[in-house]
Amino acid sequence: MEQLIDWAFIVGHVNYWLFIVLMMTGLYVVVARGNLVKKIVGLNIFQVSVFMLYISIGKITGGTAPIFPVDLTGHIEPDPSIVYSNPLPHVLILTAIVVGIATTSLGLALIVRIREAYDTIEEEDILKIEREMTAEDNKEYGAAMGGRA
Amino acid sequence: METSTALFLTMLIPTVAMAGNMAFKDRENLRDGFTFICALLTFACVLCILCAVGNGTMEEIALFEVVSGLTIAFHVEPLGLMFAIIGSGLWILTHLYGIGYMRGNNEDHHARFFACFSIAIAAVMGIAFASNMFTLFVFYEILTLSTYPLVAHKGTKDAIIGARIYLGILIGTSIALLLTGVIWTFVAAGTLDFVQGGILEGKIAPSLVPILLALYAFGIGKAALMPFHRWLPAAMVAPTPVSALLHAVAVVKAGVFSILKVGIYIFGIDFLAQTGASEWLMWLAAYSIIAASVVAMTKDNLKARLAYSTVSQLSYITLGMALATSMGALGGGMHIAMHAMGKITLFMCAGSIYVAYHKTEISQMQGLGRIMPITFIAFLVGALSIIGLPPLGGSWPKFLLMVGAADAGHQIIIAVLMLSSLLNVAYLLPIVGRGFYRPVTDSKLPKGVAEAPLLCWLPPAITAFGCLILFLYAGAIQDFLAPIVGL
Amino acid sequence: MAAEETHHVAKTFMDHLPVLQVVIPLFAAPIIVFIGKRSLAWPIAFAASAAAFVISCILLIQVLDGGFISYHVGGWAPPLGIEYRIDAANALVLALISGIGTVVLPYAYESVKAEIPKKNHTLFYACFMLCFTGLLGMVATGDAFNVFVFLEISSLSTYVLVAQGANHNKRALTAAYDYLIMGTIGATFFIIGLAMLYMATGTLNMADLADRIADEGTNRTIRAAFAFIVVGMGLKVAIYPLHHWLPNAYTFAPSAVSVFLAATATKAAIYVLLRFMFSVFNPSFVFEEWTLYIVFIPFSLLAMFAASFVAVFQTNIKRMLAYSSIAQIGYMLLGIAMLNATGLSATLVHLVNHGVTKAALFMGVGAMMLYSGSAFFNNLNGLGRKMPLTGAAMVASGLSLIGVPGTAGFISKWVLVQAAFENGWWIIAIAIMLSSLLAVIYVWRMFEVLYLTAPDPQSTAKEAPLAMLVPMWVLAIACIWFGFDTELTLGSARVAADGLLAGSAGMAH
Repeated sequence: MEQLIDWAFIVGHVNYWLFIVLMMTGLYVVVARGNLVKKIVGLNIFQVSVFMLYISIGKITGGTAPIFPVDLTGHIEPDPSIVYSNPLPHVLILTAIVVGIATTSLGLALIVRIREAYDTIEEEDILKIEREMTAEDNKEYGAAMGGRA
Repeated sequence: METSTALFLTMLIPTVAMAGNMAFKDRENLRDGFTFICALLTFACVLCILCAVGNGTMEEIALFEVVSGLTIAFHVEPLGLMFAIIGSGLWILTHLYGIGYMRGNNEDHHARFFACFSIAIAAVMGIAFASNMFTLFVFYEILTLSTYPLVAHKGTKDAIIGARIYLGILIGTSIALLLTGVIWTFVAAGTLDFVQGGILEGKIAPSLVPILLALYAFGIGKAALMPFHRWLPAAMVAPTPVSALLHAVAVVKAGVFSILKVGIYIFGIDFLAQTGASEWLMWLAAYSIIAASVVAMTKDNLKARLAYSTVSQLSYITLGMALATSMGALGGGMHIAMHAMGKITLFMCAGSIYVAYHKTEISQMQGLGRIMPITFIAFLVGALSIIGLPPLGGSWPKFLLMVGAADAGHQIIIAVLMLSSLLNVAYLLPIVGRGFYRPVTDSKLPKGVAEAPLLCWLPPAITAFGCLILFLYAGAIQDFLAPIVGL
Repeated sequence: MAAEETHHVAKTFMDHLPVLQVVIPLFAAPIIVFIGKRSLAWPIAFAASAAAFVISCILLIQVLDGGFISYHVGGWAPPLGIEYRIDAANALVLALISGIGTVVLPYAYESVKAEIPKKNHTLFYACFMLCFTGLLGMVATGDAFNVFVFLEISSLSTYVLVAQGANHNKRALTAAYDYLIMGTIGATFFIIGLAMLYMATGTLNMADLADRIADEGTNRTIRAAFAFIVVGMGLKVAIYPLHHWLPNAYTFAPSAVSVFLAATATKAAIYVLLRFMFSVFNPSFVFEEWTLYIVFIPFSLLAMFAASFVAVFQTNIKRMLAYSSIAQIGYMLLGIAMLNATGLSATLVHLVNHGVTKAALFMGVGAMMLYSGSAFFNNLNGLGRKMPLTGAAMVASGLSLIGVPGTAGFISKWVLVQAAFENGWWIIAIAIMLSSLLAVIYVWRMFEVLYLTAPDPQSTAKEAPLAMLVPMWVLAIACIWFGFDTELTLGSARVAADGLLAGSAGMAH
């Protein structure tokens, strides 16, 4: 009888499940939260999930390091019992971490400036202020254009 | 002078005139004199070409290639040459008249006005000598853009709205329909050159020909085919020399000229006749002729009435092409010249009346003929020519069109043409009658003869005389145009 | 292909050009910061961008025969090392970016003085250089992960540049913040896509990726990777439903930044999208064709109509131009979706033409803002008459935006419609024409305000300073020049399109 739920598949891909859960959590926080700082936190979670994805795919069973001793015939004998870590994704993700930090710090810096300018960091309040600004602009515009607007 | 040099000069001199107007912005006499000399020189160059080429066809001169297969190129062929002669010849008169009108009427921004005017003439020359559809399209758009400031000239709310309609319809139809048609033609035929007998035969499914023809017929909005004629009355807000230029010389003639070019050199008269693709257009043109005449009768504003008259007359030319017979096409071509002469007379008269006594409505013109006899006689002559009575030029194209309609076996079209003449009588002659036979009602008008300034009445008198002359030389024009339909 | 142009070991100075044009501005940025003198910041930035422009022109000339140049960073051979690969497609985009950068800087000199507080000038130019580097890098590189790195370099500096408009209007801050959130989500989607590609193929070199995908065919991982990459880049491109960050960012950024962004940022992203769709993935795969037909065509049509329609009702001229950009991006995507050589060349040529046109328009608005203080229509009344040269430049570029014959915009439209007819999509052809009528309306609204309204009697407006006029006119003349002489633009675009459609370049070449 065929299994309804393939437990081996689910457990075997646990790193992907974690990645997906984290990614969705992060994305949800970015979308759903009105507080600008919380949005940045969500963005961070979202990015970190990707780091996990990269690191987990770096583990290759039966692989070898890219620099390895070769015997005289040029033949390589990988040892299946050893789990190598592919260094490339690690290096890539170091770069991505740096990018993530830069993004976070820039975002936070912007929030500081927004707080100075708007006196709030709640998205709804900011939108309200901006709507008022736009309405004012348009009112001025309408008055200046007379019947032509 | 080399013919090719003369050809480029016809476009270059008006451009120089534009630059001159910009440079001598504040020195009225120098500026207007300079433009006048430019106008004379342009006409001289066109005559040079006429002497050198006659009614033959000159080799194409390619200026440069924009995209492979698309070149800006010029050539001389009879239809284009005739259009160029009309355009440059009437520029001289319209310019003189423009000076009189602008000064007599105290309009602003003379330099801008004459600069745009000159560019429009350059564009007309480009259209006349274009040797492929692409070049024609480029100059067609330049003409639209350069006349926009002229229509919006007064800067009042009405002028701006009128100019918006003008531009909206002309740019709108040319981009949405004409350009689509041009590109379709290019993809189908692989070329856009004007070739005797057309380039589309065998390149496109016969069932699609009417659609492509519709793209052209409606896309060339300047031809004012109904229902895209609204821009013409809307553009009436412009100063009268502009109306004269738009309606008699440049814009509308560029439109119907393009229609003829497309019919003769892109589709080919024979191809149209074979496929019967232009039959719907013939009926639409016939409808346009009658409907516009009827609308004209209801208009009290003189310029509006003339505008609808133009809509009706332009459809004669479209009709000539749509008949798809050589006589029809010839009649259409000849009507470009005859109508230009007649209509410019009418418009300049309307402008003179406005300059002298600020009358715009026909009902106000009671007895004005006795005060401005020359203007009104010129108007009468122009009107008779438009109606098509001998011994005036306008009679010949109508005759040719009727012959063409008979060739094509469409007796109804002959009836339409006759009915239209009657309608012309009904909306044009009462104006003259009112002028001469009704008593003067407006007490502010002077007693005795008091004409508009010389520069306002002289040009229409000259063109009215021209209508007479053209009657005598119609045979020459017919022979001149004959090669375009292979006769 | 011209194999002799492929050199694996750089020997002479000329061989280093592909990397130099990225490295020079990259180093200019810290140098500007370390010197820290306001008077030196601008000359250094200008020198660096001019050098990059010269290099990109040399590169473009070298690859116009259809060949490509492969440069190995640090001498490490690809696929392990990072490769910079210049062919006609990216050489064209590189020339556009560096050209616009070089033209914008003289303009920025005056505009930055007026709009940004003095203490920020040095850092502004440093940021500008970083943004410039990022855009050049993501276009020049042949390594997929490198694209991400440069993308983020350009994006992060763009957020900063946009926020500089806060001095003028505080909404620049929220605009920058929104852009940061959206941009980061886009970039992260992009690297998720890359991770999947790496899982499936074990390589990140684009040419190598293409080979392996072609060998293995498609599987679900590759399809998912494709989806993530398209959506991620789509955010950066501002494909219609993903365009929300764009209008505010363009509207509230300082003038010089608006000019630069409008002309280059989305264009570089479109290039990357093209590169992935045609060189990495194979367009003949069913899933990609499908994506093009059911996603790109409807969305680009929506962009063309909806965004143009919104543009018609804007009261702020910069915002109007921003919406117009979204609509124009629709044309470019439509060109991609045609999947034929003419359509692709339409995309590439429009990329250049529209970049030049939009830059000139934003420059004109920026110059007028010096005197009007805002870009609202009612503040610009009659300014075309008070600033005749600026106004004339805006008319020339505005006509090009509409696509009037004799301007660059006309050429793009012509080629695009021609491509539609070649596919027999005449409904699309008519749609393109109809949507350009909307452009007539919004551009003409601008003209009417500039010329046909009475100027404010208290206005002190006079002609813009020379440093702004010259760049503006260079671009305005380019708008007209490229409408008549298409050898450079359309010629290169054709070569590039053929190269892209020939499919993945692959390692073997």
